[in-house]
Amino acid sequence: MKKKNITINVEYLTRVEGHGNIVINVKEGKLDTCRLDIVESPRFFEGMLRGRSIFEAQHITSRICGICACGHTLASIQAAEDALGITPTEQTIKLRKLLLHLEILDSHILHIYLLVAPDLFNVKSFVPLISSNEDVVRTALRMKKTCNDICDILVGRHVHPISAIVGGFTKLPRPKDLDAMLDLLTGMRHDMDATVALNPYLTFPNFERDTEYVALVSDDDEYPLLMGDIGSTDGVRMNKKDYRQITNEFIVPHSSAKHTKLSRKSYAVGALARFNLNADKLHPKAKEVANEIGLAPKCINPYMNTAAQLIESVHCLEDAIAIVEGMKNNPINYDEEIVVGLNEQHRIPVRAGNGIGAVEVPRGILFHNYQTDENGIITHANCIIPTNQNTGNIEYDMMELVPDILERKEEEITLAVEMLVRAYDPCISCSTHLLNIEIKR
Amino acid sequence: MKKPKVGIFDFACCEGCQLQIANMGEDVLSVLGSIDVLEWREVMSEKWGKKLDIAIVEGSITDPHAVKRIKEIRKRAKLLIAYGSCATIGGVNGMKNNFVLDDIRKYVYGESYKAFPTEATKAVHQVVRVDYFIHGCPVYIPEVVTVLKAALQGIPYYVPDYPVCVECKLNENVCMYDRKVTCLGPVTKAGCNSWCINNGNICYGCRGMVSNPNEKGAQDVLAKYKIPVDLILNKMNMYNKCRELG
Repeated sequence: MKKKNITINVEYLTRVEGHGNIVINVKEGKLDTCRLDIVESPRFFEGMLRGRSIFEAQHITSRICGICACGHTLASIQAAEDALGITPTEQTIKLRKLLLHLEILDSHILHIYLLVAPDLFNVKSFVPLISSNEDVVRTALRMKKTCNDICDILVGRHVHPISAIVGGFTKLPRPKDLDAMLDLLTGMRHDMDATVALNPYLTFPNFERDTEYVALVSDDDEYPLLMGDIGSTDGVRMNKKDYRQITNEFIVPHSSAKHTKLSRKSYAVGALARFNLNADKLHPKAKEVANEIGLAPKCINPYMNTAAQLIESVHCLEDAIAIVEGMKNNPINYDEEIVVGLNEQHRIPVRAGNGIGAVEVPRGILFHNYQTDENGIITHANCIIPTNQNTGNIEYDMMELVPDILERKEEEITLAVEMLVRAYDPCISCSTHLLNIEIKR
Repeated sequence: MKKPKVGIFDFACCEGCQLQIANMGEDVLSVLGSIDVLEWREVMSEKWGKKLDIAIVEGSITDPHAVKRIKEIRKRAKLLIAYGSCATIGGVNGMKNNFVLDDIRKYVYGESYKAFPTEATKAVHQVVRVDYFIHGCPVYIPEVVTVLKAALQGIPYYVPDYPVCVECKLNENVCMYDRKVTCLGPVTKAGCNSWCINNGNICYGCRGMVSNPNEKGAQDVLAKYKIPVDLILNKMNMYNKCRELG
């Protein structure tokens, strides 16, 4: 058989304005290069934070990503409160958990539908679906809007939340707001059932590669998303203050993006990582869905991350309902509403500090780290986003996947690799941008 | 009637303003039904590359490649809408201009900083002509619909040039200054229905400064509440640093 030379370049733009490429080079039938370049966007957020007040960090870092604005908000607030030495109240923690559930639900739904629906109905992207499968489009948009409407009530809006700040909330939901949120959440169950019913149509390629999965872990019975230690399937457990020993960022010669590693050459974060570490803590309804799909830890098929997202969606919806129901029975203390601004009135005591936020956002664990001086001015900032942590792992997956499918047509190779990267959900636009393909022979 | 050809483009930004379109829910189908979207990288793979009736542009211009791209888009489009604060006023990306460029590049990317070309952040109208402005971080959907209607009819849209305070008063909010914190409402263009103050937070100035602020009144407020001018200027520079580029 003739030895093949193949060059595959997939170019696309990543969520944070950056530019990413998949490059596969095959020389004389042997895999020569296989890499995913994610060039982090030069928006310089960490640099821009220097000199700003710690009370502005949430507002600014929320603007890193429109999809994960609530996730960045929560990680930022946690880091800032850690630096200032603030312990949030039980009520604040509950509301933050509710916000995080909505964030994960919103993002997973959008991704599942943008990712799965076009494949399922054999169209190129979401747009042609509007005419071919309007009911599916309407279900997706309705769920998206419901998440958005609940966020409007809870924090003013979903894209760049307003009322979630260092110290708590500037506005707390009134009894009628709790009723409205509960109505919207329980009303979503019908569409969630329809989404779960798509499951039999989901087909995932059979590909396995053992790797280390990293996510928050805890000793209680709650599926940890907002708080916890950092754990891995290789048995690592560390406090979040040691996050740099988890991420071990390093520069790789071929890519300008930093990679991360822990016990092995790479690790993975995201829905599948969380499922692999904490599946036994999921809501019973989510466990049922996992059983139906046949997903059990430790699953080492990266394509199954989408299935894990579906399971987590059910968990987040049900747990959000439980949180709101709990609040209805346990009246909200409105004395906790807090107006801080730039802390002009010194309502919050300020000190020099070093704070870390570690929060599970839709795509995996997100770290924010701020150092402040005695006036609460940021002197140093560091944010490590989930997609960066996954990049190395995706490359090792590709290196193992591509030699096995080299004999297939280039279109098929491209599709398999595209689907792999999509499964990690680097971001919604990445997934669709990946459809811009250039193959050179 | 032939549907207008529309392209949606993004530059340096978080893409949250595009997401606001998805957040319209099923209403988005009515909007998409009245236009013909031919380029939208967020959700489409197809490239059009030809003449457009309307180009909707999100994000700031921050590198030489973006300058080339926005000029090419302008050439193809009859109308250009700057969409969201990053596009209309430079937005948070403008904070980069507070620093010496090479210093901030080294801080974030270390020794390999030269691999990331960048230049001072600019709003879209500081590079090419803009026909419509939709301010906000993120954009306010009712205003988006109003501007789209105007653009489709070929009539102008005038961004309110009075301060957020006007809307805030109508919403019967307690003034943030009376709650003892500083707020940029008095110098910021209205049109958001005082979104942030309604939710208990302050105005950060994301819609840009009014063209003729009541400076005397502002000075009185600062004096009354004993607020240093530096503090207010620093706050303005979170979203509005690019105004200095003229």
